[in-house]
Amino acid sequence: MADPMKIRAQLQGDVADVKILIFHPMETGLRKDGVTGQPVPMHFIQTLTATHNGRTVLEAQWSQAVSKNPFLNFRVRGAKPGDKIMVGWVDNRGDKASIEATLN
Amino acid sequence: MRRSVLRAVAVAMATAMLQPLQLLAGGWNKAAFDARAVADALKGIGVTATEDSDRIVLKAPEIAENGAIVPLEIASQIPGTEAIYILVDKNPQPLTAVFEFANGAEAFVATRIKMNESSRVRILTRAGGKFYATMREVKVTIGGCGA
Repeated sequence: MADPMKIRAQLQGDVADVKILIFHPMETGLRKDGVTGQPVPMHFIQTLTATHNGRTVLEAQWSQAVSKNPFLNFRVRGAKPGDKIMVGWVDNRGDKASIEATLN
Repeated sequence: MRRSVLRAVAVAMATAMLQPLQLLAGGWNKAAFDARAVADALKGIGVTATEDSDRIVLKAPEIAENGAIVPLEIASQIPGTEAIYILVDKNPQPLTAVFEFANGAEAFVATRIKMNESSRVRILTRAGGKFYATMREVKVTIGGCGA
């Protein structure tokens, strides 16, 4: 099964540098289907939340203008080996996914 | 990957992992994101005035050949920065992303956005209830909103 997300979290001193890649079409609603010529309905991630050991560190809201297969890099201070970083999202259809990484 | 498969995988993952993560419920600012004019988007965010600041460091390409993938990196050096906002003035809906920081997150974010045409990219930050702004013109060779 292909993962809908990838995460890489690296400690640099006491800062966790977190990079995530989400496999999502991020349809704007403006694109036309190549075969039918019909507009492809909007389908995009609206909210994304990141936690550090269960505490919220980042809350994002996105429009359909975030690129397809969204990439996000953020940083969290006060991190140490063994800490857990979790990132989850919900799209405009209510689909959701999340992923967790342990710092080392 | 087919969209239907992607969706099934995403739902399966979310169900299987049973994460304790609390996701925002209704935390999407529809009024601001639906706004077609920058002024309306700013009103939706609650901005009444902005102060131009060179302490918002924006890395953006001068020329983006592919408007579907425009990389942006934003770091705010304004103490107490709580949020970063990305707006693209000439996109059909200018407000593109909002990032709120808490509990040790640095006021830093890097991501990739779509631009329909050459436009001013407008970055706002919020610190202590005040809004700060920096702007940059980005030229787009091939528009990315139909992508």
